Amino acid sequence: MNLHEYQSKQIFAKYGIPVPRGRVASNSDEAKQIAEELGGRVVVKSQVLVGGRGKAGGIRLAKSAGEAQELATRILGMEIKGLPVRRVLVDEAVSIEKEIYLGITNDRASRKPVMIASSEGGVDIEEVAARTPDRIIRLHIDPLLGLREYQARDVAVAIDLPKEYWRQFMTVAEGLWRVFVDNDATLAEINPLVITKEKRLIALDGKMVIDDNALFRRPDLAEKRDLDVEAPEEISARKYGLSYIKLDGQIGCMVNGAGLAMATMDIIKLYGGQPANFLDIGGGAGAEKVAAAFRIILSDPNVCAVLINIFGGITRGDEVARGILTAIEEVKPKVPMVVRLVGTNAEEGRRLLADADMITAETLAEAAEKSVAAAKERCNQ
Amino acid sequence: MSILINKNTKVIVQGITGNEGLFHTVQMVNYGTDVVAGVTPGKGGDWVLDGKVPVFDTVKQGVEVTGANTSVIFVPARFAPDAIFEAADAGISLVFCITEGIPVQDMMRVREYLDHKGVRMVGPNCPGALTPGEAKVGIIPGNIAIPGSVGVVSRSGTLTYEVLYALKQHNMGASTCVGIGGDPVNGTNFIDVLGMFEADPRTNSVVLIGEIGGSDEERAAEFIARYMTKRVVSFIAGQTAPAGKRMGHAGAIIEGGTGTAADKIKALTNAGVQVARHPEEIPVLLGG
Repeated sequence: MNLHEYQSKQIFAKYGIPVPRGRVASNSDEAKQIAEELGGRVVVKSQVLVGGRGKAGGIRLAKSAGEAQELATRILGMEIKGLPVRRVLVDEAVSIEKEIYLGITNDRASRKPVMIASSEGGVDIEEVAARTPDRIIRLHIDPLLGLREYQARDVAVAIDLPKEYWRQFMTVAEGLWRVFVDNDATLAEINPLVITKEKRLIALDGKMVIDDNALFRRPDLAEKRDLDVEAPEEISARKYGLSYIKLDGQIGCMVNGAGLAMATMDIIKLYGGQPANFLDIGGGAGAEKVAAAFRIILSDPNVCAVLINIFGGITRGDEVARGILTAIEEVKPKVPMVVRLVGTNAEEGRRLLADADMITAETLAEAAEKSVAAAKERCNQ
Repeated sequence: MSILINKNTKVIVQGITGNEGLFHTVQMVNYGTDVVAGVTPGKGGDWVLDGKVPVFDTVKQGVEVTGANTSVIFVPARFAPDAIFEAADAGISLVFCITEGIPVQDMMRVREYLDHKGVRMVGPNCPGALTPGEAKVGIIPGNIAIPGSVGVVSRSGTLTYEVLYALKQHNMGASTCVGIGGDPVNGTNFIDVLGMFEADPRTNSVVLIGEIGGSDEERAAEFIARYMTKRVVSFIAGQTAPAGKRMGHAGAIIEGGTGTAADKIKALTNAGVQVARHPEEIPVLLGG
């Protein structure tokens, strides 16, 4: 789950990382008032969860409170990469001497958190990594020991930070480490961390990604989820404990297990079709969950056929069949359905579905072939 | 021979009185696995499976009384990291963690600790392991595989079942099947298991089932090119998965253009691995 810039910077501030004075506004009057409080020279920043806000005109400098109000009006009416701007952050303008990059993320390969720093801040760090890899400093952190003081100093030295800034930098680095751990982040990033003309280090922009698996113990963070970035079907799926991702194809898929769901999407493509979604009903799904999954798939108007592929282990074929029957009764689907049940209680499931108007398949390849054919027939009519 | 588990494995089930724990204990025992003990704090002294398996309050007690050497964990995600630490501290040398949804920072701390202790973990978010005809630890359905000489290692659950089932349809059996799990930080990776299969005299060929996300498959490809004398065939799931969207598993995500199916297939192909276009093609590749 991604946090907005203003949310990340609020958290940074709690951990002693200096951030510009400023507040978030949801209308232009508020923006004007905040700008007045800050003395007029402010930056008005759109709060949307996409990159490239600046290039899209979503970050603008205002020289007066009046101009801040004008810019806020304009930015709050914008859509950036399809997302509506609902809030702007109004921050005091800072005089920038130098921009640094500082972030912490998880390194899968070494199974440890890694601090990444660069003297080239303010730009896309992946571009820096590609163009000048020697300008990127990576420091692995022992997950049991945490960030040691000397390590933070090592990083300051490695990015050629003048000695007079070391103390401030170490406060920021240690603060960021605690932000990362205390909030179960998978990314905590300051880009840029600026040196101001007044010789202060300030986190000008911030970004945090929170581990979805840890939200059970971070209820305050769970509330911050921005639903604009998710399709309504994805939100509804999450309520039922389903994992659903909408795609652009015509064949709706319902599968148990993420790997098998991906393999099912792949084989549809191999046989000349396009999957309409990824949907994993998870292990041990009961009839109610299956019915919910079915409704979500059929709510997509692009769907020309549905492929149900269930390999029963914990999930029982008869339970899945009951869920399908419930959903059919309710939704009355008009598209052809191909079903393949294997494993635990599959025979009973097949018997339950015998009277329903469904196409059956024995193998995965057969199921894919039949659903592609059925979708073509349905949608070319 | 086989890898990780066999008929001499003595299993202790953590979370044995929960729904899943109990259900799968029955399945494991029916398969012939030597389940010697279970643990549920507060239920020590009880027995499950009609008096066949004793329940203890702590792993330590269970190990002392029964000599269990392998643990399988079915406890909910918020308690699972503690359960793993408990198993490691009680002298268990091999831990299978079935639980899914464990925060990744917990797993990094767990993994670091286990490495210091010299304890092997398989998982989390994995189906466990199956040595057909001898033992199963975890949730892989026993009836979908027969004993044989194909080693199977996979990041996925049901997709693994699909492959075992397809092998069985072709009358091909497995030496051992290991599900290493779909999380970004886990206890055992492809390379670990490939090394075990290479050393196992009963395994003649290996099936590697990967998916998008991370670089485990790429590193496996390097390992195969350098060290494997046995034949390896593979399938990689997620060729149609879009970048930046997490496909169910916490680890199955294409980030910053890396971890794509195309990259992994290319790396494996370059290492001399035949990559199947779909799971049911695997037995055909092995038989050909």
